Amino acid sequence: MADFGGGDPEAFRKEVREWVDANFPAELKGRPNPMMREERAKPSEAQEAWRKAVGAKGWGTPTWPSQYGGGGLGTAEARIIQQEFGRAGAYNPIGGMGVMMFGPTLLEYGTEDQKLEHIPPICRGDVQWCQGFSEPGAGSDLAALQTRAEDKGDHFLINGQKIWTSGAQYADWCFCLVRTDTSKKHEGISFVLFTMHQPGVEVRPIKLIAGSSPFCETFFTDVRADKKNLVGPLNGGWTIAKRLLQHERGGLSGAGGGGMGGRSLVDLAREYVGVDAQGRIADPDLRTRVVQHEIEGRSFQQTALRAMLESKGNSGPSAATSIMKNAGTSWMQLRHELTLEIMGHQGLGWEGDAFKPEELGAVRGWLGGKAFTIYGGSQEVQSNIISKRILGLPDLTQHN
Amino acid sequence: MAVLNEEQSMLRDAAKSWTQEKSPVTAFRKMRDSGVEIGYDAQAWNEMAEMGWAGVIIPEEYGGSAFGYLSIGLILEEMGRNLTASPLIASGVGAASALVLGGSDAQKSEWLPKIADGSVVGALAVDEGAHHAPEKVALAATKSGTGYSLSGAKSFVIEGLAANLLVVSARTSGTPGDKDGITLFLVPADAKGVSRKRLALADSRGAANITFDKVEVGADAVLGAVDKGWDVLEKTLDRVRAALAAEMLGAANQAFETTLDYLKVRVQFGQVIGSFQALQHRAAKMFTDLELARSAVEAALQAIDADSPDVPELVSLSKAKMGDVFHLVSNEMVQMHGGIGMTDAHDAGFYLKRARAAEAAFGSQSYHRDRYARINGY
Ligand SMILES: Cc1cc2nc3c(=O)[nH]c(=O)nc-3n(C[C@H](O)[C@H](O)[C@H](O)COP(=O)(O)OP(=O)(O)OC[C@H]3O[C@@H](n4cnc5c(N)ncnc54)[C@H](O)[C@@H]3O)c2cc1C
Ligand SMILES: Cc1cc2nc3c(=O)[nH]c(=O)nc-3n(C[C@H](O)[C@H](O)[C@H](O)COP(=O)(O)OP(=O)(O)OC[C@H]3O[C@@H](n4cnc5c(N)ncnc54)[C@H](O)[C@@H]3O)c2cc1C
Repeated sequence: MADFGGGDPEAFRKEVREWVDANFPAELKGRPNPMMREERAKPSEAQEAWRKAVGAKGWGTPTWPSQYGGGGLGTAEARIIQQEFGRAGAYNPIGGMGVMMFGPTLLEYGTEDQKLEHIPPICRGDVQWCQGFSEPGAGSDLAALQTRAEDKGDHFLINGQKIWTSGAQYADWCFCLVRTDTSKKHEGISFVLFTMHQPGVEVRPIKLIAGSSPFCETFFTDVRADKKNLVGPLNGGWTIAKRLLQHERGGLSGAGGGGMGGRSLVDLAREYVGVDAQGRIADPDLRTRVVQHEIEGRSFQQTALRAMLESKGNSGPSAATSIMKNAGTSWMQLRHELTLEIMGHQGLGWEGDAFKPEELGAVRGWLGGKAFTIYGGSQEVQSNIISKRILGLPDLTQHN
Repeated sequence: MAVLNEEQSMLRDAAKSWTQEKSPVTAFRKMRDSGVEIGYDAQAWNEMAEMGWAGVIIPEEYGGSAFGYLSIGLILEEMGRNLTASPLIASGVGAASALVLGGSDAQKSEWLPKIADGSVVGALAVDEGAHHAPEKVALAATKSGTGYSLSGAKSFVIEGLAANLLVVSARTSGTPGDKDGITLFLVPADAKGVSRKRLALADSRGAANITFDKVEVGADAVLGAVDKGWDVLEKTLDRVRAALAAEMLGAANQAFETTLDYLKVRVQFGQVIGSFQALQHRAAKMFTDLELARSAVEAALQAIDADSPDVPELVSLSKAKMGDVFHLVSNEMVQMHGGIGMTDAHDAGFYLKRARAAEAAFGSQSYHRDRYARINGY
């Protein structure tokens, strides 16, 4: 999409700024995005108003086509929207799995009718989606899934169990992988959509080590999915699932090189550990590991930049992109570990006023961050993919 | 790989085909077995100079091509792959950069054209101990008539035996450890009072210890300002470190690719060893690290070409990261080759030895991590 189509970026910036000033409720300024909370409370009136305003503009999904409710804008304009929201202390209220993974996949593989039905509610933030992929017996080996879908003429009847379904307790709809042919593994999987608000859907939240319950066991008993909500061909769901996982990984690795927000490790170390007469972090062993981590983060960012430039130049997409998930997620996990170590006992508080919010956040973030190398294809599964697809080493496990 | 312009692509292609044809690892082995003292093949160096490689960072008015540091990095990367030994870094980057950055018109006119055509080999005589510490200069330059008299010793001077021209850091005031009070001198290697002792190092490359016994030089031998040599010295060293990191990038990539090829052909337990996940995941980790290191090395070279203010930190970043990665990959090369990797007949040992020598040269990983932190205020 052409950026600005010859238009003036500063005029667009002014338009956004005036719109934000007129529409963003002052009481929400600087408040965290309720979408980012793992456990959701009922939204306030102001939160609802802001979501509806952004949703109607399509600016929560600025680069999606406008005929489906997106902003129809280029990446430069999207960046301006992001900057102006940031300047005003506003968050993007449109998010979740519909935006991150399902929407982009449906835009690529859905029929016109499917896109017209499902994309606009995502853009408005009216509908929340959950991902029904993993099962107790199908994690890394996702294609081993057993949830059955029986053909009933105009619909499928679904029976089985999913697990680790993030946000299932808040979701309106589910994009789900089901088995439509038991005689084949990968070629017997279909990609279907159905509403979570129907009899036969049962969700049981699971408590995690970080204390919250952002995901669920999900049971389906005679759940109905209309035939019009089969995405792609019957038994052709695996290709679509792989594409969706790429969006999931892309989202995960993007955060790698410094996208965690918060203060730098060096700042934290100055406060919690102190400095010596020369201004160096007082604990030399820790200092070495902090520098190493900074250097790793910088080289990760340099690689992201290089990959972007290379994909613009003639050299085509770089192999560098495929390594980003492992490098980015390991880096983020180590950042959490170092944060905790730097804070000492103050970084181990579970609750209570003996600890600052930043300290309580550190311990929860550390625990939650352990998932980065598990979901979206685990660290080990990514290493299998690198060794097989990029390095050309033989594959003993076959499918990944 | 960075996005290259036409010049740079041609240079890289030329370097690739020349090193593969004229200077493969077998050539390095031959050089080592012959025991040639300077640590490189003089005939091969002549050919490199004829192709203009020694003048890549030298301005056109002094006989160079001024293609820049990313360009010379591309050549060095190909040389690194094949372990090509030459004084390109010491002379075409080290001495040349010192002259370009700090030389008077007369000094540049006298030396740069000869460095560019390869007839003069320059070297940096900087360190005085087993660890890189460029501010710890004790070698004294005292006033003597209208010029100076130099006394002291330099150690582990890379290409110190082959060099005709030495760029020497000397102390004109202060004490070892002070950055102030360091002055750079241009000293012909055959000057009276200079004596050199060849060092035979594990990587078989050229190096020497050099003593200076009341070496008399004129005032016109001072490169830059008296007592204020640190600035040019540090900038020169950063250019050498970045160039060395480029050579290491090539060597590490070749070490990895050779190992990967072996994993695909060596059969044990009825299958190629590359099918064992214990080796696959280490290979995936090496590949990932090599990509990150490439980004760091290219970013440092590009920053030098852009004369960006963050050159020092980007160079330290690249030398530290590249050192870690070459260290890992060279160890794994031996390990994954099993017994054959332990033999002198195999190339793995060459890469392992080169890795440690290159890591130590112009600042080890710990030197550059420390420097990176200091630059960033911690
Ligand atoms: C916080 C969180 C949120 C999640 N949200 C969702 C969601 O919304 N929807 C959804 O469908 N799923 C979700 N998941 C599930 C996630 O996709 C799976 O956990 C993941 O695919 C791993 O599967 P598993 O947990 O069964 O582990 P397993 O596959 O049993 O893996 C166990 C260990 O074995 C390793 N292993 C497995 N296979 C190999 C192999 N071939 N080679 C080497 N090592 C191997 C793994 O790397 C791992 O270390 C979520 C998970 C987490 C932690
Ligand atoms: C200095 C030296 C002295 C020796 N002395 C003797 C001696 O006195 N007598 C004697 O009989 N032998 C001797 N050996 C041989 C030694 O036992 C073999 O080198 C060793 O068994 C490894 O075999 P290989 O060299 O064929 O390597 P390979 O078996 O080909 O191994 C190559 C690489 O693949 C890895 N690998 C192999 N199989 C697997 C697997 N299943 N899973 C994961 N990784 C795997 C190895 O760990 C190694 O990294 C000596 C070797 C050396 C280096």
